[in-house]
Amino acid sequence: MTGTHLTAEVIAEHGISSEEYTLILNILKREPTWVELGIFSVMWSEHASYKNSIKLLKTLPRDGDYMLAKAGDENAGVVDIGDGLAISFKIESHNHPSAVEPYHGAATGVGGILRDIFTMGAKPIAVLDSLRFGNPDNPMVKHLMNGVVDGIADYGNCFGVPTVGGEIYFEDSYEGNPLINAMAAGLLKHEHLAKSAATGVGNIVVYVGAKTGRDGIHGATFASIELTEESEEKRTAVQVGDPFLEKLLLEATLEVIHSGNVVAIQDMGAAGLTCSSSEMAGKGEVGIEIDVRLVPQREIGMSAYEIMLSESQERMLLIVEPHNFDAVKAIFDKWDLEASIIGKVTPDGLLRVLDAGTVCAEIPAVSLVLGGEAPVYTRELTVPEYIKEVQAFDQKTVNEPKNYSETLKTLMASPNIASKRSIYRQYDHMVQINTIIEPGSDAAVVAVKGTNKAIALSTDCNGRYCYLNPYEGAKGAVAESARNIVCSGAKPIAVTNCLNFGNPYKPEVYWTFSEVIRGMSEACIKFATPVTGGNVSFYNENPSGAIYPTPVIGMLGLMNNVKHTTTQYFINAGDLIILLGKECLDIGGSEYLKTIHNIISGNAPIVDLDLEAELYQVTLELIESGLVSSAHDCSDGGLLVSVAESCFGPKLLMGAKLNFTISGRPDFALFGEAHSRIVISVKPDVLSEVEQVVLNHKFPYQIIGQVTDEDSFVVNDHIAIPISELHKIWSERLK
Amino acid sequence: MRVSVITFPGSNCDQDALEVFETRGHTVHSIWHKDTDLQNPDLVILPGGFSYGDYLRCGALARFSPIVKEVVAHAQRGGYLWGICNGFQILTETGLLPGTLLMNNTLQFICQHQYIRIETANTPYTHGLRVGTALDIPIAHKEGNYFIDEPGLRELQDQDRIVFRYCDADGNIAPGTNPNGALDDIAGICNTTRNILGMMPHPERAATDSVSSNDGKQIFRALEDYFTTRA
Repeated sequence: MTGTHLTAEVIAEHGISSEEYTLILNILKREPTWVELGIFSVMWSEHASYKNSIKLLKTLPRDGDYMLAKAGDENAGVVDIGDGLAISFKIESHNHPSAVEPYHGAATGVGGILRDIFTMGAKPIAVLDSLRFGNPDNPMVKHLMNGVVDGIADYGNCFGVPTVGGEIYFEDSYEGNPLINAMAAGLLKHEHLAKSAATGVGNIVVYVGAKTGRDGIHGATFASIELTEESEEKRTAVQVGDPFLEKLLLEATLEVIHSGNVVAIQDMGAAGLTCSSSEMAGKGEVGIEIDVRLVPQREIGMSAYEIMLSESQERMLLIVEPHNFDAVKAIFDKWDLEASIIGKVTPDGLLRVLDAGTVCAEIPAVSLVLGGEAPVYTRELTVPEYIKEVQAFDQKTVNEPKNYSETLKTLMASPNIASKRSIYRQYDHMVQINTIIEPGSDAAVVAVKGTNKAIALSTDCNGRYCYLNPYEGAKGAVAESARNIVCSGAKPIAVTNCLNFGNPYKPEVYWTFSEVIRGMSEACIKFATPVTGGNVSFYNENPSGAIYPTPVIGMLGLMNNVKHTTTQYFINAGDLIILLGKECLDIGGSEYLKTIHNIISGNAPIVDLDLEAELYQVTLELIESGLVSSAHDCSDGGLLVSVAESCFGPKLLMGAKLNFTISGRPDFALFGEAHSRIVISVKPDVLSEVEQVVLNHKFPYQIIGQVTDEDSFVVNDHIAIPISELHKIWSERLK
Repeated sequence: MRVSVITFPGSNCDQDALEVFETRGHTVHSIWHKDTDLQNPDLVILPGGFSYGDYLRCGALARFSPIVKEVVAHAQRGGYLWGICNGFQILTETGLLPGTLLMNNTLQFICQHQYIRIETANTPYTHGLRVGTALDIPIAHKEGNYFIDEPGLRELQDQDRIVFRYCDADGNIAPGTNPNGALDDIAGICNTTRNILGMMPHPERAATDSVSSNDGKQIFRALEDYFTTRA
């Protein structure tokens, strides 16, 4: 086989640098063919190779008591939950496709993450979506948001998995480059855990699912460049999803895995057939030979290049022993899906692509994959200029509000704090009848069928904190998600992350990335929550600059007995309201500072990891002793927002009368966003027991007031508002 | 009871219905849409979901599935037939129940807790229940806006065939209690012989310990009582 002489322009268009091209020449000992160039282009793209992030990612804690499959081993991490059961879970971004084609971009984001889960042999039982947009009053942002929410709703609802939670933030930095991160969790029996490493020379390669079309070609490369004014023209790089087909593929895939007739399986996501075949070969240290003419095609006249690079959705690649093919095909026939033999496993370690018998690509599989010989870089770091400036901010120069009631009302109407019900009610969050805690509380809680157990799930990240101080911001993202899990009554056990950043070739951006990894690592080690996998999304920039560094944490928690399930909602008038934690003395990075004073500055809230870990112990001990009526963490908007949200029960509004001593500035105490604080409510007759538990841990606390059944929200001499009025403001902002 | 739950490609509430009936001690069968044997059931469930992806029109393609012929015969023999959500849409598409289900007037999918009022006790499914009781039964649909022509509506009203109406927690029908624009606040109807029930809300989502409402149990209990007293 001889290569094609490729011009420098063509090579550059494929996103391959001149050093990388030299490396290709060394690997092949000749010039690459057109198809080979395409294959290297997608496999060495940032999206598939993690070339600029993997060195740092490897510093994250990846091992723990509960791990069955570690980060990087398989399509998604797998965590043991006892009773022979396990949870597979992962979060992924679909930012760029959603920016240019919000409906299909978001829908296929959900489709892709679901496939990652059921490829492992797990039945998807929950989805969460972590979304970030620009100003919601901007018509273009509204258009994007409606498209994204529609896409998620149509896909998840039709597929039949409950969308139980997530988060939505609005910050100007996401204008033009929204973040669409989708997380899924699935349940499996240990013995059904499927592998992705191809083994057994002579085994056949079976293609199942949808036919291949021209959609999504170079999607992985598209995800690895900055968005520009011309990005709109890249719409063909966005895939189109079909949730009905995915539902059939789910049923057939689980059936075929459970039948024991599958040696290995991998979904075709980013970089399609190229990525699945080279990764399966690379992991199994074997070769794979496929003929593109055997691939079922949706369109006529597709070239080998197009077939190898297509990112058509709802497709899977299986390795099967030849004598089991009929049994495999029978299952796919039942579900009216294609199953075609397209190649075989070979001993030579090469990814060999034939076009009607003629070789058009022949590349050592190991040279294509992460952990093999794909390029790995260390990038330059520089502390950005703005860091010094924001850290020098003096919060004492901020004026104290004259009218605290008005301040609280304005905060409750901030899009970041206001109710997201108008969005989550478009998602089916009850199908499968496992949803114990529905969206709106701190974490979603989903029952594990056939057991007394439940899992809790939460996604969190405050991008503003990470902008001001990426190290503390990342610690804070881990802490907040773990705190949410704890408030629901579960123990945090593992993390998946979606790291959304700007262009890694900008040293300032790369510094924020490295700081985030450092902070995340420390927090995950402290909380014994290993990182089981996830994804890195670089190049999130728009014409006005990079997004806030946004390392979204997806946290998994385990509850051994569903009777410990706790929500954030007050339930009994007369219950005492207790703040576990210290008075807040800072307002850096807060919603209060941004919304009321129009300032985005100061230092992010600092996480004292020891204090935070102790808070989890105290809270879980209180909940498991049955002493707590409600538990809600303090985060965006601070203490009063947290107490007000606890009043907003889904069926019943409660009132609150707070009366407590504040030693510092009242606005800092009431609206600052210090970590390591949880608001609980307890019955008066168990107060001494509660105090005993808290004192045993030497944990700071303060009784701050009482739950009432009156239509009022009263705080010392500062605030008196009807709770119904606060609720109305909060619930109608994003209607 | 012997309960058979039909699974069309794209059904996604079939497992939930099976689970609820099985935990209540009934003999359940999961029936694939290409099958032709219903397993001699007392009750057939057409479950919620997106049969055939809801392409063309919700429920429009499911009626061509091989099993549907058997389902129709079962109902014509007087067997119980209960369509929930997408199942209700299939019942109107097959002509077993009159009217149609249009897109919600909000033009959006709505998933939420919803109160519905029992309008008649004269069906196997509401037997012995107090008319006017409000039940919290979740809804989850994009096309649940019931519509029928004027004479059709009058017939439903005159023959006491409106089984459930959307309402508030106290059983009142007021502005804002109708989630989807359904004509006359209709959430569920039965046929003239009262053995076929179609409804948009999901009682199976309010009948197990994990979930937050248990009001759906009243409907399952009513059906069981009716079945026992009749037998």
